[in-house]
Amino acid sequence: METQTQTTTMEAKEMKQKRMSGSEAVMQSLLHEGVDLLFGYPGGAIMPVYDALYHYQDKLNHILVRHEQGAVHAAQGYARVTGKVGVCFVTSGPGATNAVTGIADAMVDSTPLVVISGQVGSALLGTDAFQETDVVGITQPITKWNYQVKRAEEIPEAIAKAFYIARSGRPGPVLIDITKDAQFAQFDFEYKPVDRVRSYKPKSLINKEKVAEAVQLINLAKKPLALIGQGVVLGSAENELMDFLKKTGIPAAWTLLGLSAMPSDFEQNVGMLGMHGHYGPNVKTNEADLIIAIGMRFDDRVTGNVQKYATNAKVVHLEIDPAEINKIIYADVPVLGDVKDSLPKLTEMVSKNSHEAWLGEFKACDKIENQKIIEPELHPTKEGLTMGEVVRRVTEQYDDDAIVVTDVGQHQMFASRYFKFKQSRSLVTSGGLGTMGFGLPAALGAKLGQPERPVCLFVGDGGFQMTIQELGTIFQTQADVKIILLNNNFLGMVRQWQELFFDRRYASTELVNPDFQTIAKGYGVAGEKVDSRDNLDAAVKRMADHKGAYLLEVVVEKEGNVFPMVPTGASVSEVRLE
Amino acid sequence: MKQEFTLSIYSENHVGLLNQVTTVFTRRHINIESLTTSESAIPGIHKFTIVVFTSREQVNKLLLQIEKRIDVIKAYVFTADEIVHQEVALYKVKTESLLNSNEIERLVRQYGARILEVTKEYTVIEKTGHKRETQELFDKLDHFGVQQFVRSGRIAVTKLKDELLSNYLKKLEKEKTLLD
Repeated sequence: METQTQTTTMEAKEMKQKRMSGSEAVMQSLLHEGVDLLFGYPGGAIMPVYDALYHYQDKLNHILVRHEQGAVHAAQGYARVTGKVGVCFVTSGPGATNAVTGIADAMVDSTPLVVISGQVGSALLGTDAFQETDVVGITQPITKWNYQVKRAEEIPEAIAKAFYIARSGRPGPVLIDITKDAQFAQFDFEYKPVDRVRSYKPKSLINKEKVAEAVQLINLAKKPLALIGQGVVLGSAENELMDFLKKTGIPAAWTLLGLSAMPSDFEQNVGMLGMHGHYGPNVKTNEADLIIAIGMRFDDRVTGNVQKYATNAKVVHLEIDPAEINKIIYADVPVLGDVKDSLPKLTEMVSKNSHEAWLGEFKACDKIENQKIIEPELHPTKEGLTMGEVVRRVTEQYDDDAIVVTDVGQHQMFASRYFKFKQSRSLVTSGGLGTMGFGLPAALGAKLGQPERPVCLFVGDGGFQMTIQELGTIFQTQADVKIILLNNNFLGMVRQWQELFFDRRYASTELVNPDFQTIAKGYGVAGEKVDSRDNLDAAVKRMADHKGAYLLEVVVEKEGNVFPMVPTGASVSEVRLE
Repeated sequence: MKQEFTLSIYSENHVGLLNQVTTVFTRRHINIESLTTSESAIPGIHKFTIVVFTSREQVNKLLLQIEKRIDVIKAYVFTADEIVHQEVALYKVKTESLLNSNEIERLVRQYGARILEVTKEYTVIEKTGHKRETQELFDKLDHFGVQQFVRSGRIAVTKLKDELLSNYLKKLEKEKTLLD
């Protein structure tokens, strides 16, 4: 009997423990973490991993990008729409340094990624070997965690830890650098998922006293304003947020990355905060007597001049990351923890309320903004097309239920102001880092993550050319990405600043562009160019009806500006309407 | 108001941790006055003792940014009255100057310093104490010519009855179980 038990245990152990190379262990570890799609680009130091991948192609769909920056942005797009961890393979040296921009972007926007980089053999480390860079050193400040693996035996644990750290707490990118000899070496593979790291505290227990203090402030507030950040989306706390808002009746404004955390047409949704946000939430910030910040970090694009921000308000800050508390804005009541845990506790204890008169003040602001900005943008009297009307036409085409991906610049602000949302995880944009070139690869990743949903990319003629080579990846994968290129032959946002703050000295912002339709054609991407209002409607329909990727290039007003605008250094209440 | 703070940072003992900790300071342009790393009383846990001159508000933010690094377990900040701290300084003087008068010997006695090594050419004197004291001895010895002088970073232990780190580790384990 005893012998039999022993044999069974040994068999089980053999099943779990299989001798394999470090490279195969990478594949097995990814499968254990539920990965089925990844992005990357091969090269010398990661060739053993790619060789192992050859035998796993039926389980791991590897998307070959055209540049490593594209791999990371695509993984970001994938992660943002699915809530899963995005995965990339890059080689050593230039492969890894090309990935740096994307990793930095993911860090500042809290996107869960695991980037696996090849490294030269461990004997060559520190010798300036071919394609050797100190990737761990370079990425240390822009990763949530990174680690160099020099022995095959370390691979399963390093990868398990990487996934745990990337997706838990405040998510972020993790880089695992694996030396070539560790990829080749044979060892007995065994996988144990990680759910605890001694030195790491992903989230805190909700402090009941702080909740009680917050509830008291909320119940007493006459003019409370809730600020909705990406923390709601990352914590999948959309329902908890709605319960809280509906019970309290508090007006809610969203940050750029908080977009789509609640429906656009929710009656307490008062629009976007910040530099190019809506008029109401900006001016009313300084009238509010209570700010309830929910999973947001008071970015300078949101606060404007910090000294003149929320001058009449107490602040309740619901936040998972302790380092964000009091970093920019002092929190009278910090409630540390996942908003998914803290919001229901608040909802349970707050009194039912409505703030109709206060909400009415936002509506009054909307009226002003509508008249001065939105109407002229959507129904311009000038001949030239505006970015706003194109965005609005596209969102209507998809019944306000598409995933919108943007690049960075004026079109990004128009997309975030004029696109509408019905469900969460419908916006993919580069917020904190403001990475031009983010859009095209991120849209590819978003489409591969949510193949059933339409994905619309808004991109400018500047940013499009920063990662235009990813049209090749779109062609190869046949991903149905709708690209709306808003072409003004300018680096529009910089030009707007030059116009407003540098006396129209347009230094190096005007672009002489190629024929984008010819380029798209070369990549096998269908498309058309529209330059008049009369043709827009039909063109958007044709784009939507087309099966497969489409480049809808719209020639827009050359010197259009995004308003409202909070100029740098000004208070949010000094938001300019013209 | 800027003042002196002593930070005690506990971390895992991994390669590259020093860099992880110091970049938090450099990125914010805060000068490190002194830095010492060593093992702590708990096996496998490393301790950094860092002295900075900054404001209370800034140092609190700094602590949170340091703790944010995954491999850092916990960071504490103390003012001088909350800790017992010490530094060690070494002074190398010519043996000739020691023999020429009684003054160096008198200083060694007066400052509670001790002589570590004497050769025909040089003598090495050691003094432990606070920076002010080791500096004072340097200034006095330098009249006779100090060939080399070096002072270590600060080391410090708290005056508290309870051990902060072990209590924290226990509490953390309990919280993690509750969160599961």
